[in-house]
Amino acid sequence: MKLKPSDLDKIAQKMRSVTNLRKGTARIKITVHMGTCGIASGARDILSAFLSCVEEEGVSDVLITTSGCAGLCSREPMATIEAGDKPPVKYVDLTKEKVKRIFKDYVMGGKIVEEYALAIGSERVL
Amino acid sequence: MYDLSLHILDIVENSIRAGARNVRIDIMQNTKKKRLDIIIKDDGKGMDDKEIRSACDPFFTTKKGKKVGLGISLFAQAAHATGGEIIIKSQKGKGTEVHASFNLYHPDMKPLGDMDETVRILRATHRDVTFYYIKHDKYMP
Repeated sequence: MKLKPSDLDKIAQKMRSVTNLRKGTARIKITVHMGTCGIASGARDILSAFLSCVEEEGVSDVLITTSGCAGLCSREPMATIEAGDKPPVKYVDLTKEKVKRIFKDYVMGGKIVEEYALAIGSERVL
Repeated sequence: MYDLSLHILDIVENSIRAGARNVRIDIMQNTKKKRLDIIIKDDGKGMDDKEIRSACDPFFTTKKGKKVGLGISLFAQAAHATGGEIIIKSQKGKGTEVHASFNLYHPDMKPLGDMDETVRILRATHRDVTFYYIKHDKYMP
């Protein structure tokens, strides 16, 4: 396959987004909880849905990562979304449809989808 | 877990949490010998002898504040259900190898599932880790 100049632009754009994520300059960080409980509940599909949303929207400032069990196994699949200085939002009982809505409304639009959120803010041990 | 690709994702997430920077997944299927072998090898922080012996115990975990550790024990259960076994080799500071073998045609054998998706997800979310995924059709260990 021969590369055209337009292909090089596309590759450059794609790599720029990867570099942004590596540098930690992401505007939004999405953490999908991938403990055993999360994976057994469908976290892989949820992560895949978030990745598809990023690709469809063509955004380069959204970092998607994973973590272990958050201690609420019965509410998996779960994701925590951190946007800039705002408190993190924990979304629970996720489905692919809910992911699409959360991505559109919160990640792209900045509006928290309250009906899917379990909590807003960080946990603290008192 | 519905299929083995989810178990593998779970075990590899453990490897990454153990600091692995290189993870190799080998899947070997031999229809003549009716056997499937899965080997996951990492260069994470490894386990000592006591941790290796306890790894398949669902009530053992190295995570603080937790009482259960189900990842390897569920993987082992999936292997044992087919008459297979799981062997864990590890050296502190060097890495861990988990080798699970399955009886391919046992009624309780889980499907392999979507390994390409598991590897895609791992590569997309852990860009600082190198993953090697090799599916062998003829080779047996």
